[in-house]
Amino acid sequence: MNKKSRLHIPHPAARPGEEPDFSYLDLSPAGSVDKPSIDARTRDIEHLSSGLVRVLDDDHEAKGPWDPNLDPGKLQIALRWMLLNRVFDKRMWQIQRQGRISFYMEAAGEEAVSIAQGMALRPGDMCFPSYRNQGLYMYRGVKLVDMMCQCLSNTGDMCKGRQLPIMYHSAKANVFSISGNLGTQYPHAVGWAMASAIKGEDHIAASWLGDGATAEADFHHALTFAAVYQAPVILNVVNNQWAISTFQGFAGGERRPFAARGIGLGIPGIRVDGNDLLAVYSVTLWAADRARRGGGPTLIELVTYRGGAHSTSDDPTKYRPKDEWSAFPLGDPIERLKQHLVATGHWSDEKHDKLEEELKAEVLAAWKEAQQFGTMTEGPFLDPSTMFDDVYAEVPKHLESQRRRMIEVEST
Amino acid sequence: MAQMNMIEAIRSALDVVMDRDPNVIVLGEDVGYFGGVFRCTDGLQRKYGEHRVIDAPIAEGGIVGAAIGMGVNGLRPVAEIQFADYIYPGFDQIVSELARLRYRSCGEFFSPVTIRTPCGGGIRGGQTHSQSPEAIFAHVSGIRTVMPSNPYDAKGLLISSVESDDPVVFFEPKRIYNGPFDGDPEKPAVSWASHPKGEVPEGHYTVPLGTADVVQTGEELTIITYGTLVHVAQAAAAEIGVDAEVVDVRSISPLDTKTLADSVNKTGRCLIAHEATRFSGFGAEIAARIQKECFWNLEAPIGRIAGWDTPYPHAFEWQYFPGKKRLIAGIRSMMELA
Repeated sequence: MNKKSRLHIPHPAARPGEEPDFSYLDLSPAGSVDKPSIDARTRDIEHLSSGLVRVLDDDHEAKGPWDPNLDPGKLQIALRWMLLNRVFDKRMWQIQRQGRISFYMEAAGEEAVSIAQGMALRPGDMCFPSYRNQGLYMYRGVKLVDMMCQCLSNTGDMCKGRQLPIMYHSAKANVFSISGNLGTQYPHAVGWAMASAIKGEDHIAASWLGDGATAEADFHHALTFAAVYQAPVILNVVNNQWAISTFQGFAGGERRPFAARGIGLGIPGIRVDGNDLLAVYSVTLWAADRARRGGGPTLIELVTYRGGAHSTSDDPTKYRPKDEWSAFPLGDPIERLKQHLVATGHWSDEKHDKLEEELKAEVLAAWKEAQQFGTMTEGPFLDPSTMFDDVYAEVPKHLESQRRRMIEVEST
Repeated sequence: MAQMNMIEAIRSALDVVMDRDPNVIVLGEDVGYFGGVFRCTDGLQRKYGEHRVIDAPIAEGGIVGAAIGMGVNGLRPVAEIQFADYIYPGFDQIVSELARLRYRSCGEFFSPVTIRTPCGGGIRGGQTHSQSPEAIFAHVSGIRTVMPSNPYDAKGLLISSVESDDPVVFFEPKRIYNGPFDGDPEKPAVSWASHPKGEVPEGHYTVPLGTADVVQTGEELTIITYGTLVHVAQAAAAEIGVDAEVVDVRSISPLDTKTLADSVNKTGRCLIAHEATRFSGFGAEIAARIQKECFWNLEAPIGRIAGWDTPYPHAFEWQYFPGKKRLIAGIRSMMELA
């Protein structure tokens, strides 16, 4: 101990030019964490917030009590969705680099989060995603062409040109509208879940935010409300190690795992290998069952790694080692599920390559179709006078008059 | 018809909408078992149960955020923020989420939350229990901002607010909860029983959002005001015998410009009065609209009477409050200009 107080300024383990170092990550061997019954008391399962639930081991075998025993057909489907997410992101990134959309965010390395959790939830459950959960929209049936049109702000754009690319929404798929303000969706999920319980329905809500956004007040509001009313909600912290340039230590991750944030409120926390589709699926199903049967909220920390830049406006080589992702001890979620399927005789490199080519073709076809609805430079273009719609349920007089004025000015 | 003060009228409005629509729920600090620090929800939990009148943790951001999620899931939440001064922790949820949800999702999602919050001074509340932040909310597209000045309007506007699919921030001037106030704190309190707007139907009725009300007709000048100052303005004009038309804005946003402009076009003089600070206050917006709509009929520059541009001081409350003296001075200076 020093004799004087001094500030602790968190530093990441490695900066550009240094060797990646993940020795700070506590890793439990696959299969080593017990699986309690869904009615376990929070105080009896506190250890789940500091352990790491893993099913797939380093030899790609599924192990232990959290193995969901999904049939290989279902795992192949999961692999397909994760790969689609990756292929879609790569294409859209490229499209942004060509200047054909203004902005993009990829989920590289985190695909298991959206896909495994999407699989574990029921269609009637409501999702309140963050901006890296595009996989949830895909998995729940939003068409690629519709997502691309959104990114293009063209005539097919579900947001009618009002939102930055990737800020999707789908009432039909029960996936909420994405906000650019971080963490705001967390209390919405809790309120939605409270309403579900008030109405006596068995739908639950789930929400996602990143390690960085746990510092926002909304995170704490949501946890408090979820705990007080035992709302049927799953609160997910996607710990991808980086919030733009600040590593997870700046959100308080150096002292205790994010999964432990709810313990003081009596919310069980589970820390899970976020790149292990089987473990994520299993943990989510556990939390969903618990919530559905009146057991209240669960906080899940998904330990993963942000494989790409924060967004197309970011350059991570300025603040972290270039090869950090390849050194991440929990690997790549797609590669791990692929290897598991290969090891169990249900997949092959050839099949994988073929699938990837198919998905690339699917994405390319969607891109061609999306451009029919207009691009940033070529029509058809959205009618700007629609900007006055949906501010209120009905357009008030002053907005009608501003609309007329805009049309008048634009036509001169 | 029944005699009600504003608290009773607000309670009656909530009772009526809760009785008609099982999706209406109330949440907020102390609103449940206790019935609210101002008693506006007294008895509602006993009548409608703990699942519909919900005591909330002390987290305004959480109250608004959870209410938004409830609204998305088909409920019609009425959230109480105990004092308008406490609304700021919920500000991001109101401005970035509640106000823009319909817009950003092109109508696929919306949340019909009504936020009730007592505002204004004159109750020895100091700078953390006296603010009138209506202009801050009026500036935000996508929410409606309302401030009634009497029990009849309070009930009718609150029912309209809850039934509206738009989010509403509903300001309740707490100085006039129990009776109209003419701006003289030395006088004994007056009850709503002697005021025509204290007559309130017991059942369902609405006062439409987006409409101003001419509470007193006159020919010499128009005083455009809202909240507590409606009563102060009437008293001030009466005291100096000026034949003033007093227009109660009551729906701050969207604003009923026509009713305001029609009055000023008739009288040729416009004095705007509100309790909130003057700089960038809502009076500035009214003044801009009036000079545009009434320019050729104006016989004097538009005047503004408002709270000083300081925080609301505890010990100097009556020097801060834009009371009768300041209104009379404002009216006089305007009338002196031929």
